[in-house]
Amino acid sequence: MSEQPLFKVTIDNITIEVPAGTTILNAARKIGGDVAPPAMCYYSKLQGSGGKCRTCLVEVSKGSEKDPRPMPKLVASCRTTVMDGMEVKNITSPKVLDARAGVVEFLLLNHPLDCPVCDQAGECHLQDLSYEHGKEGTRYEFQRRTFKKHNIGPYIQLHMTRCILCYRCVFVADQLTAKREHGILDRGDHSEIATMIEKSLESDFIGNVIDVCPVGALTDKTFRFKNRVWFLKPMDAHRDCPTCSGKVTLWNRGDEVFRVTARKDEWGEVENTEDGKPAWICNTCRFEKKQTSDWVIEGPRMISRQSVISQGHYAGNIGMHKPNETFSAVHGGRQPKLMMDIHTASEVNKPNIELSLINGPAHSTDFNSKKD
Amino acid sequence: MGVKLLLEKAHVEGIRSYEVYRREGGYRSVEKAIKTMGPEAIVEEVKKSGLRGRGGAGFPAGMKWSFIAKPEGVPRHLVCNADESEPGTFKDRYLMEFIPHLLIEGLIVSSFALGSNNTYIYIRGEYAWIVDILEQAIGEAKANGFLGKNILGSGFDCEIHVQRGAGAYICGEETALIESLEGKRGNPRIKPPFPAIQGVWQRPTVVNNVETLAAVVPIINMGGEEYAKIGVGKSTGTKLMSACGNINKPGVYEIDMTISVEEFIYSDEYCGGIANGKRLKACIPGGSSVPILPANLLLKTAKGETRYMNYESLSDGGFATGSMMGSGGFIVLDEDQCVVKNTYTFARFYRHESCGQCSPCREGTGWMEKLLYRLEKGQGKSSDIDLLWDIQRKIEGNTICPLGDAAAWPVAAAIRHFRDEFEWHVTHAAEAQTRNFGLAHYADPIHVPTTV
Repeated sequence: MSEQPLFKVTIDNITIEVPAGTTILNAARKIGGDVAPPAMCYYSKLQGSGGKCRTCLVEVSKGSEKDPRPMPKLVASCRTTVMDGMEVKNITSPKVLDARAGVVEFLLLNHPLDCPVCDQAGECHLQDLSYEHGKEGTRYEFQRRTFKKHNIGPYIQLHMTRCILCYRCVFVADQLTAKREHGILDRGDHSEIATMIEKSLESDFIGNVIDVCPVGALTDKTFRFKNRVWFLKPMDAHRDCPTCSGKVTLWNRGDEVFRVTARKDEWGEVENTEDGKPAWICNTCRFEKKQTSDWVIEGPRMISRQSVISQGHYAGNIGMHKPNETFSAVHGGRQPKLMMDIHTASEVNKPNIELSLINGPAHSTDFNSKKD
Repeated sequence: MGVKLLLEKAHVEGIRSYEVYRREGGYRSVEKAIKTMGPEAIVEEVKKSGLRGRGGAGFPAGMKWSFIAKPEGVPRHLVCNADESEPGTFKDRYLMEFIPHLLIEGLIVSSFALGSNNTYIYIRGEYAWIVDILEQAIGEAKANGFLGKNILGSGFDCEIHVQRGAGAYICGEETALIESLEGKRGNPRIKPPFPAIQGVWQRPTVVNNVETLAAVVPIINMGGEEYAKIGVGKSTGTKLMSACGNINKPGVYEIDMTISVEEFIYSDEYCGGIANGKRLKACIPGGSSVPILPANLLLKTAKGETRYMNYESLSDGGFATGSMMGSGGFIVLDEDQCVVKNTYTFARFYRHESCGQCSPCREGTGWMEKLLYRLEKGQGKSSDIDLLWDIQRKIEGNTICPLGDAAAWPVAAAIRHFRDEFEWHVTHAAEAQTRNFGLAHYADPIHVPTTV
C-alpha cells in the first residue's frame, strides 16, 4: 500500500491529521463529540450514500493552504473531502446552526411524530436529531402527507409516513442483494419507497435495510409491537452461519430473544468484522433464530450511557440480572387491582381529604406538606 | 433592426431540409472547422467570442469546454441539453423546430472540438414531434458526409443520438440529465465531481444548451473576435428571448443585447407593447426561476439608469433590486395580474418538479405552496408572509442542485417587491377574492423598495 499523504484539517478550532481523500464528516468523527455533524442519510459502509439530508452541512471558512478562499455555500460534509489546511466550522458557525435548524424542521414537517407507537423509538436517529437541534412546536399548519400502504412481505414493515427518503435502503439493496426490488417511486414530496407492483422483499440480505433505516420507516415485522427497545438487553452473540458472519446483537428480555440485529457502532452503523468488512447479517440469522440456544452468547453489549437503552440495565456496569417477570414482583407484591388505592397509599395526599369532593381546584394546603 | 445570427435564415422556405440549408450557406462552419482549424483552435475561438451559456446560469462556454478532462483511452461526450422546461422559455423549441440543421451543425463542430464521437441530444419528452425533425436532419447530415465515419476525410467519427426525456423539469439540471441519459432516475448528482471530469458513464462530459451550441456556428463562421463585437461588455453575441404574457406580440426574438428593456417591451419590432392598452405591472425577465421585478425597477435600475437587455444590466443591483437574464423566458404581467397567484403558480410547479432527494427542497417547496395557496384564497395570516420568507431563506443555497434556489428566488422576490400586495390579501381577504390589487405604486418612478 502506498503511503497516503496526511492532510491537516481544523474543525471547530481542533486540528487533526487525516489521510487525503477523507471526508470532512469522517475527519470530524475522528475528533468525535459535538464536533461530528449529525448524518441522517450518509452511511460510511454504503457506497454513494450521503449528500441528501443536508443535516451535515458545514461552513468551510478556508478552502486549503493553497487556495484559502472560503467556500461560497455551506457544504455537505459527508461528501466533501478535506484539503490540506482546510478550516471548517461546524457548531462554531451560526450559519450552520441556522441551516441545520431549518433542515430539522423540514425533516419533521411531514413526519407523523408517532414515536409512542413506533418500534424505532429509543434508537431513532431522527429522534436524537430533534432532541439536539429541533424546536418545540411546529410552524406547519397543514395536514401531514400520507401514503397508500404497501405490504412488502413477511419480514419488513414499511411505514412510508415516517420515511425521510435517505435512500440508504436503496443502496443496501443495490450493494448487498442480487437484484433490487424496491426503490423510490414518483418524485418530490410525493416520492415514496415501494416495490413496483406489490412485491415482497425476500432477498437473503434485504433485512439489513432495517438496520440502516435511520427512522422507523423500515422495521422488523417479527419484532413489531413486541417490546420497547429500552426494556430489552442487548447482548453480543454469534453463530456459525453459512451465509453471513453470524456476528449479531441479540435483544433479550430474560432468556427470550425478541429480535436480532447487526452490531452497531457509536454512529449507528454496522460494525466491521475482523477482516474489515461490514458485518451485515442474513435474513436467517435476523428473523429465524429467535432461540437463545441458537446462539453463543459473548456478553452484554456496551451501549452509550446517553442512550435510553442503557438505562437501568447496567447499574453495576457489567453483569446480567434477570428482570422481575410478573407485575406483582415488579411492584413489590402489590396486585394490579390494588393500584386503585393510589389515593390512600400515596404519601402526597392527605388520606382524610377526598380530592374529588372539595369545592374548587385543589390547593397546596389540600396535600401533605413537605416532610423534613 | 438588430443583428440576427441564429434565426436569420429560419424563415427561408424549406430551411428544414438539408438542400435548402446547405444552399443558404449551411455547414460552412463544419468545413472550416474540420479542414482549417484544430480542436484547440475552435475552443480558443469560442473562448475569444465570450459566448456565455444560454441555459440560464450564463457560464462562459469556452471556459467550460477547456475544463474537460482528457484522460488517455477514455471516450468523451458532448450532451446537448434540449430539456427546455423552464416555464416561460420556449426558444430552443423554436430553434430546433424551424432550423434543426443549425443545431446539428453546431453539434458537429463542438463534438470535433471536444473529441466526442458519440454526442447526445437530450430532449424533453413533450417535444415529441421535434425528435422526428431532429432525426431527419441527422439522417440528412449523415447522408451528406457530415456525420458518421471519417467526416470530410478528417478521420473524425461522430454520431448524434437523440434521447427523449420523460417529462421531468429536474432533468434539465445537467447532472440529473446525465443520470436520466444513463437510464437511471433523474436525480441530480452531488458535485464535485463535475461532469467535465466524470459525466455520462463516468466519462468526461460537456453539457450545453441548444442555443449555446447553435451559436458556435456563427462564431466559427465569423471568428470569435467579430462575434464578441456584437453585444455589450460580457454579454456578447445575440440572445434568443421567448416573450410571453400580456404583450401584443408574444414569440421568440433574437436580440443583440444592446436594446433597453423598455424598447424590447414597447417597440413594434419586438413585443409591441402591453396587450389591450393596459399598463405594465411586473415582469419576470428570464424564466420562472429568476426574481420578479416591478415595472419601475424593470425599466430603470435602482440608481435610475436605463436597464438593458443583457446579463449585466438585468442583474444590476443584485437580488435586492435586480434580476437575472436566466434562460430568456420573458414573462410580462399587466396591471390585472395578481402577483400572489403568480407566485403560487410557480411554487406549485416547483413542488411538483422537485426530485425529492434533499430535504429542504422536498419539504420546503410543498410548504411554500400550501402557504401561498392559503394566502391566495384569502385564508392567510400576516405571519405567513414572514414564514414564507424564512422558508425560502432556509432552502436557498442548502440544496444539492439549483432547483432549490430556483424555487426560493421567485417567492423571495415577490415578497421583497410586492409585500403590500401579499399583506392586502390578508387584510382585505374578502375583497382579494373579487378583484386584483391592481397596479398600485409599482410603476411609480424610482421607488426603492425596502429589502427585508
